[in-house]
Amino acid sequence: MRKPASWFEAELAQRGVSRREFVNYCGVMATALALPKVFGSRIAEAVLKAEKPVIVWLEFQDCAGNTESFLRATKPTVADIVLDVLSVDYHETIMAAAGHQAEDLLAKTVKEKKGAYLAVVEGSIPTGANGAYCTIGGRSALQIVREVCGGAAATIAVGTCATFGGLPAAAPNPTGALGVADAVPGLKNLVNLSACPMNPENLTALVVHYLTFKDLPALDGFRRPLFAYGKTIHDNCERRAHFDAGQYVEAWGDDGHRTGYCLYKMGCKGPVTFQNCPVVRWNEGTSWPIGCGHPCIGCAEPDFWDKMTPFYRHLPTIPGFKLGTPVDKVGLWASAGVAAAFATHGLISLVQRARTGRVKEEHIPPPPPEDETKKPGSPQKGASS
Amino acid sequence: MTHIVVDPVTRIEGHLRIEAEVDGGRVTDAWSSATMFRGVELILKGRDPRDAWAFTQRICGVCTTVHAIASIRAVENAIGAQPPQNARLLRNLIMAYQCVQDHVIHFYHLHALDWVDVVSALSADPAKTSALAESISDWPLSGTKYFAGVKGRLKTFVERGQLGPFANAYWGHPAYVLPPEANLMAVAHYLEALDWQRDVIRAHAILGGKNPHLQSFLVGGMATPIDPDRQASINVGSIAELQQLAAKAKDFVSRVYIPDLLAVASFYKAWAGIGGGVGNYLVYGEYPEDDGPNPPLFLPSGVLRNKDLSKVEKFDAAKITEHVKHSWYDYAGGDDKGIHPSEGETKPNYTGPTPPYEKLDGAAKYSWLKAPRYDGLPMEVGPLSRMLVAYASGHTRVKEIVGDVLKKLGVGPEALFSTLGRVAARGIETLLLTEKIEGWIDQLAGNMHRRQLTIHDNSKWEPATWPKESTGAGFHEAPRGALGHWVHIKDGAIANYQCIVPSTWNAGPRDAQGKRGPYEEALLNTPVADPAKPIEILRTIHSFDPCIACGVHVVDARRNVLAKVRAV
Repeated sequence: MRKPASWFEAELAQRGVSRREFVNYCGVMATALALPKVFGSRIAEAVLKAEKPVIVWLEFQDCAGNTESFLRATKPTVADIVLDVLSVDYHETIMAAAGHQAEDLLAKTVKEKKGAYLAVVEGSIPTGANGAYCTIGGRSALQIVREVCGGAAATIAVGTCATFGGLPAAAPNPTGALGVADAVPGLKNLVNLSACPMNPENLTALVVHYLTFKDLPALDGFRRPLFAYGKTIHDNCERRAHFDAGQYVEAWGDDGHRTGYCLYKMGCKGPVTFQNCPVVRWNEGTSWPIGCGHPCIGCAEPDFWDKMTPFYRHLPTIPGFKLGTPVDKVGLWASAGVAAAFATHGLISLVQRARTGRVKEEHIPPPPPEDETKKPGSPQKGASS
Repeated sequence: MTHIVVDPVTRIEGHLRIEAEVDGGRVTDAWSSATMFRGVELILKGRDPRDAWAFTQRICGVCTTVHAIASIRAVENAIGAQPPQNARLLRNLIMAYQCVQDHVIHFYHLHALDWVDVVSALSADPAKTSALAESISDWPLSGTKYFAGVKGRLKTFVERGQLGPFANAYWGHPAYVLPPEANLMAVAHYLEALDWQRDVIRAHAILGGKNPHLQSFLVGGMATPIDPDRQASINVGSIAELQQLAAKAKDFVSRVYIPDLLAVASFYKAWAGIGGGVGNYLVYGEYPEDDGPNPPLFLPSGVLRNKDLSKVEKFDAAKITEHVKHSWYDYAGGDDKGIHPSEGETKPNYTGPTPPYEKLDGAAKYSWLKAPRYDGLPMEVGPLSRMLVAYASGHTRVKEIVGDVLKKLGVGPEALFSTLGRVAARGIETLLLTEKIEGWIDQLAGNMHRRQLTIHDNSKWEPATWPKESTGAGFHEAPRGALGHWVHIKDGAIANYQCIVPSTWNAGPRDAQGKRGPYEEALLNTPVADPAKPIEILRTIHSFDPCIACGVHVVDARRNVLAKVRAV
């Protein structure tokens, strides 16, 4: 396969990127995937050899927030290449073609690249009114998603609407909106990148993983990659020391708020939200919601519009303390030692209990059957740092 | 007579379908249909009004700030919270960065491909492209080698045969009239703008934690603390970064966007006579320059009728009505007259064809959008309306820039009432705002220096401090036009919520009297050279910058009556 490799190298050269820089970038990407850094060269090799993979990006009950997020993908120049090397054959928000010329492209890809293309889905899929709550080219979202995802090599649901139904599915779910897993029952090779919107760095990392290993990364019970959803916001929060020391923001703009104290009492849902926000951050690593002074709203979790609201009411108990201990009474006497010793464990088991129950209740398909742990580069292993 | 269907209309936000009849090479009738909805307002019922901004913000991820702003304003209006000066400045900055970045993305990434033939760029001479670029701007990326590099990149792309998002478009269509060199220059700037937008919007990460969907809004103020001496606050370092991003925005807009706009427009002057539309313009006004109720606004509110710039009417919210004669809803009192949002009701009734379908019935109901009217008239909203109202109100700087643009293109003010006028007005507004941003940053820095650090009105945070029942309205000029939220709060929870959104004004269907909406009216008489490739229809529709997910928002699938709110 000389041609694709030289093509990609020509692309690199045109952007003034040396092969060494590219390999180095792949090393960074390996870190994002929680792989040992030596995998950088392996990723680079795989990406250089890869055919330009075809992506079709479907939008249903969406706000285009994930599309916009995708446009903000960072790691300048080199990350551009990773995105550039994808052939985005269908994406309503950016494609030049319109109307039947656009729909012809989608039909062509689905037919000619059957089993080889990646489907990205943004937005939920309504089931009410015989599908009339969302139609494109006269066809319902449900008809389209079943046909397109059914023929894809893999499907990536981006954002909380496509993964779990999100905002349209918030009570009382007026349109019968579903996430992809529920709209296309039994869909294989589905990866969910929840959050509102998804972080573009996680999409990049996922695509690189797919190109490199030709399979999907280890997933959690909600089919989310462990490399991005393996820990809570709280686990990695830069304000964690203040939580452990019992230093809380008490009012917007108070001294604690300006100093960067913990936002727990203001309603932060970081302790029950699995996402790598604090590590990857947003917009070229510029900031992230807690970093700018607002509590986490739990946007990566299923049903967060119902379960995490009211957003400004704090979680009922401080994890690690006796259940039922009101946070207001804990105050400053929470010693760092006590909190550190119990917080993580207590909280995680709490969340996991809730989680196991929900998985059962919603019949979310289990992760792919392949044995992840036997692979030398298993992200699951790497993640347990 | 040929019946044309464009579905999906791409390079927009949301799902839009246009049907049109073409006779003798011209559009003789048109129907605009929104084909998706979610029901955000119903979902808001019974929730904490302080949470509403986060819900409504998700109405749109492109204009990601606008529904958050309108929402907190509506709730503040209802409960009597008074955001402090720093909050006003932070909001002005967020809105202005949003508008600037959004308009640039619209010009280059959503609209340009209607005017710029990417394939033609392959036959451009890089040396001549360089000469062209240097004749219109002193932007440094303009050398022969630079354009040769862009051309080479494009060539590799095309030769691989995987055209990705550029596949199957109308390339080579006779309506493309730019010389190859202008096309190559525009393609180069399309790519530069991709990098630029990503960088400039970092201002939103500083002010809101992330973009899209900033997370620093609060009813009563903002959640971004301000303190010159603290790492976890907007501090002196943040101010420096905001200044730098503002400078970067101004630089690109004044040296790339505006020159490109003028260059492209000079080849497409015929479009100054196409796409005029309803000729009525509505503006709520934006950018408060002071605190408290009824502050002076940087961009004034007002109403213009029949393209008459000699008389700016005062905006009166009581004159708004919404019609459902051609929308998939029913009114209890019949569909033959519009009703005010304060008595609004929403009973969805999908009567269209079962998908998959080929054609909608334009004589019946055909859209998920309602048809808003002002004093019974369809109104265009957006940058053109804002610039016209500002121009007609005697806004000094707007008059200067508009005059300058008209002079360079050699046309009179009447040219503004057109497809090209919309494109130009968006550029003019962008330039205007890039000039304005720095001043707000300076004011913020000044407050910081005087240690005026308040960011929030804490007195009205707890629901116990609110009236038992209250109503409020929040108005905002979103990038795409006039946006209003109405909220009714009872016992600390949302009793009703209603939005009337820019794209509902612009993209809505016919009303009970059969009057077409602005898109539909603007399409009349548009020339269509090849009905199989109706690029001309896209030009006019895209000139409005459609945002359809925003437009479709009202549905109550379980109960019949949704809105019982009062405009304040």
